[in-house]
Formats: sequence, C-alpha cells, structure tokens
Amino acid sequence: MQLKPAKLINILFILFFAVVLPVGNMLGLVSVNSISLWGRYFCFAIAALGIDLIWGYTGIMSMCQAFFFCLGGYCMGMHLLLKATALQQQLLPEFMTWNDITALPWFCEPFHGFVPALILGLLVPAAVAFVIGYFIFKSRIKGVYMAIITQALALSMYLLFLRNETNLGGTNGLTGFKTVLGFELHKPGTKLGLYLVTLAMLCVAYGCCYKIVHSKFGKVLQAIRDSEPRVGYTAYRVLHYKLAAFVVAAALGGLAGMLYVPQTGIITPGRMDVKASVEMLMWVALGGRGNLKGAVIGALLVNCVYSYCTSVFPQGWLFILGMLYILTVLYFDKGFLGLFEKIGSKIGIKTNSERYATGSK
Amino acid sequence: MLLEVNELAVSFGGVQALNLQHFQLEDRELRVIIGPNGAGKSTFMDILCGKTKPDTGSIVFNGKPTRDLTEVQIAEMGIGRKFQKPSVFPGLSVYENMLLATRMKKDVFTSLFSRMPAGVQEKIEVMAERVGLTSALHKQAGALSHGQKQWLEIAIVVLQDPRLLLIDEPAAGMSDKEAEKTGELLLELSKQHGVIVIEHDMHFVKQIATKLVSVLVNGKLLMEGPFEEVKNDQRVIDCYLGRANAQLEKL
Repeated sequence: MQLKPAKLINILFILFFAVVLPVGNMLGLVSVNSISLWGRYFCFAIAALGIDLIWGYTGIMSMCQAFFFCLGGYCMGMHLLLKATALQQQLLPEFMTWNDITALPWFCEPFHGFVPALILGLLVPAAVAFVIGYFIFKSRIKGVYMAIITQALALSMYLLFLRNETNLGGTNGLTGFKTVLGFELHKPGTKLGLYLVTLAMLCVAYGCCYKIVHSKFGKVLQAIRDSEPRVGYTAYRVLHYKLAAFVVAAALGGLAGMLYVPQTGIITPGRMDVKASVEMLMWVALGGRGNLKGAVIGALLVNCVYSYCTSVFPQGWLFILGMLYILTVLYFDKGFLGLFEKIGSKIGIKTNSERYATGSK
Repeated sequence: MLLEVNELAVSFGGVQALNLQHFQLEDRELRVIIGPNGAGKSTFMDILCGKTKPDTGSIVFNGKPTRDLTEVQIAEMGIGRKFQKPSVFPGLSVYENMLLATRMKKDVFTSLFSRMPAGVQEKIEVMAERVGLTSALHKQAGALSHGQKQWLEIAIVVLQDPRLLLIDEPAAGMSDKEAEKTGELLLELSKQHGVIVIEHDMHFVKQIATKLVSVLVNGKLLMEGPFEEVKNDQRVIDCYLGRANAQLEKL
C-alpha cells in the first residue's frame, strides 16, 4: 500500500511527539520544562482548530476565542483551586479571604467534583457562544461588524474578570493549584502525563474537525463562506449552521483552556484580553487558513518561535511576528502550509488541493 | 393555479420599482418576462423568492401565502431562483455544488451525521450530463467558464426539485449555440415545473416563448400575450424597444 503524503505527515507528527519526545525525556535528553511547553502549545493548537472552523471554513471572524479559552480555563482552575483549598484544610481560597468573603459563592459550588468541572468547562463556553451567536447571527451581522462585536465582547469580559467583585481572583486570576485527580502537579511524571493527555486530545479534536469539514455540514460551512445568500436560497438555515460552527469552536476553546491550566499553574484575565484573541487569529493566518493542518502547524510554530525569540532577544518578538504576518499576506496567502505545498509541487509531490484544481479524481 | 400575485407594490427610496395589479402562472407553464432596464423584472423575482419584502400586495404560491416567509421557508415550499449574475459556490467542486443543492433533509444534524441517501449520486450524474458538466464534475466551480457557471446554477436550482423555477437572464454571456441548448433545457424543464424566465435576447425569447410573454414597463404590466402578438404590438415597440429597433424588425 502506498502512503499518501498527508497521512505520512500525520504519522510522523504522532510518532515524534508521542514517542520520541517522551522517550527523550525519560533518557534525560529532553527537559521536563520543554515537555510541558509543548503540552501548552498543543492547547493553543486545539483552540486554533476552533478558529479555523469558524474563520477559515465558515468565513466568520470571531475575535473572542481567547475568551472561550479562558472560560474553560477558569472552570478547571476553580476546580483545582477548591481541591488545593481543601487540601490545606481551609474553607475558602485565599483571595476570597482577602476580599472579606465569608461563604463560598454559589457559582463555585459545582466545581468540587472533577467530572462536573470537566463538563462545565465545555458547556459554559458553548452556552455563552450559543447565546451571543444567536443574537449576532439572527441580526445578520457579518464581516467586520462581527469582528468588532466579538472584540468588544472580549474586552468587556476581560474587564469583568479583572474586577475583584467578580470573585474570580481579579488581576491575579486563579493560582496556587496543588493536585489534579490526586497527582501532584509539580512532579515530572504528572507533567509528562498531562502532556500526553493534551496530545491525545489534540488528535481527537483534529479527528473530529476532520470529520466535520469533510461531512456535508462542512461543505455547507464552506458554501456559507463563499456565497451566503445562495445557501439560503438552497433551503439551508444559515443561522443554524453558523451557530453550530460557533458553538463547536467555543467548545474547542474551552477544552484547550481546561488542558492549559493544570500545565501552567495559573489562569489570569491577561489570557483573554483582545491581544490574546488576535494572536490566535494570527496563528491560523500564518499556518494556513481553511486547512486544519495549517491551524495546528501555525499555533505550534508561532509559539515555538515566540519562546525562542523572547529568550534570545525579547524586544524583537513583535517585530518578527509583524514581519511574518506582512510576508504571509503579501506573498503566501495560504500560510506556511501553502508555502510547503508550493515547494512540494516544485519538487514533484502532488498535493490534494492541486489534484482538486486540475479536476482529476 | 401555481402562482397568483395581486396588487404587489414596492418602492425604493420613493421610487416605485414595482406596481403589479395581477399576475398568475399555471402549473407547468413557461412564462417569459421582458421589459426595458429598470422595469422591475428582477425586483419581481426578488420578491417572489423572499430577497425583497414588498410594501403591499399578496402572493399566493401553491395555495399558500408566501409574502411574510423567509427565503429559506420559500425555498422549502418549492421556489428556486437563478440569479442574473451566476451565484454558485466557487470554493467547492461542481459535484459538491450539486450535492448541496439536491433535495433532501437539510438540517444541521442530518448534514453532520447521516450518510448520503441512495440515488443522489445518480441524480447528480444525470443532471451533470443534461447541462454538459460531466467532465467538469470534480473541477472547482470557481474555475468554470461563465457559460458553465450559468449551467451549474441552473442545475443547482433544478436539483432542489422546486415547483417553480425563477430564471433570471439564463442566456446572458452565452454563445448562440449555448443559448439554444439552454432554451431546449428550459423547455424540457417546463414539462415538470412552472418556469418564469427573464430575458433580453429576442432570438432566445422566440425559441422558448411557447405560451405567454409578459411585458413589464416602469414596474407595471403593459401587456400579456403570445410572442407574435407582443412583438407586433405598437405600445411594446414604442416604449420597450424604441421606434427604430433593429432586433425586432429583423424577426
């Protein structure tokens, strides 16, 4: 059986991250810190998949993905914090004591259990996206107005979470976590475990998104991107489709946030400001919009370069990112992946999209 | 009666775009609408398919009023629209374009989870054969020629299996031969569907106007009759075609 290049890339990817890196870690060649770092990049990649679904495939520029990411993150963070508080045999998390709170606020109650926290971490972003999306799409808000509204939403939520009165830790956010499911977070074994779980979830998320974009549903999303009125006259309820895509994207953001928090040990409103959402869009734009692999590669690569640059020349990072973005817009509008494909076709590897364009099956 | 329209009026910014006293269409009738630019022909179709909301008037399609329905509900009732400027999904293949159009359950969950119903594949292949797109089935729709896009859009509308087809300038940008083929297709379609066609090309109108032609001028219905009668009517010649119309005199 001949392997298609696309499949080969998938296998190499999984092989490298699921086998080579962990084994390298056990042999002492790869530090736990870099393992943990990659685990966090995977979280970003999951969130980027959501953006690709709503922006790359459906053509709706949602600038509040980082907010959904943080909703998931705060859900998980609240659970970890309550566990840590219980472990120290205190009644309330420390920041609440500082704020003169005497009883645990009602909205913290459901987060004592791990499973309820998991479910809420997906459900809360999805429900928020459903309500917001319903009103936005119902009023047929599109294009740049959609971007502005979601950006305003991200900003207002950021300001809300910053307030001490919201009882979510204000500027400092939630931190001081000790254990997850009884495993101590600071131990290398736990970190490796979380890394592997995140990698697995990235693969699952990728698989689900792959199924979605290759189903008829996915084709309708692309049709909405290309020619929305025609979709309506073809008897599809555009509102339902947009809403479904928006909710799935938000849930992916929530999932990513939930995985991010135990590996980082902190979640603050800084993760959900406007800049954070714009950065997420940039990952997808740089990696290759309308292509799931592009979203993953973009998120991983940009964050990799970010970590490297900020340690070598901290002031230069924004210039490099800006330059990359300009180059992408000017010369390779299909992102890194489009560039790879171009190079690939020069050296004779025929890719999917080309076969498509020439019309051969 | 498939379609009955009464007292339909709409104005844009104080300008009366359409003021139609009465219009009706039998089932399986092919009607051609002609009229000078700005006569309200496309506006009429926009109202019928729900794109534009009329100020006053009633539209009864298949025994049910459609005036206050959304475009999706109207499409579900069985009115399909082909636009003047070809409107297809350029990023999808021709096959996928047709697949999305084909009549089946179109809610989110069905699209996500169920397999394609049996027979759809054949239906699409037959349709592709009819509009001459068989060899282009796996090409991207955006890469098609203008004429092919016109045909693809007609295929999209027909695959929805509507009771009434609204076809806006199907022959625009086509060669004579292509236009003739399109005319044959429309005539064939009118055996199973009600069809309303807007067209300017008089050769084409002559070919397809087997029953009635309606003439719209300044948003009003000037006259209705067989092509020969319309063509020779002095009022039509005066206000639509101008006094020295070469195209009409040649016929």
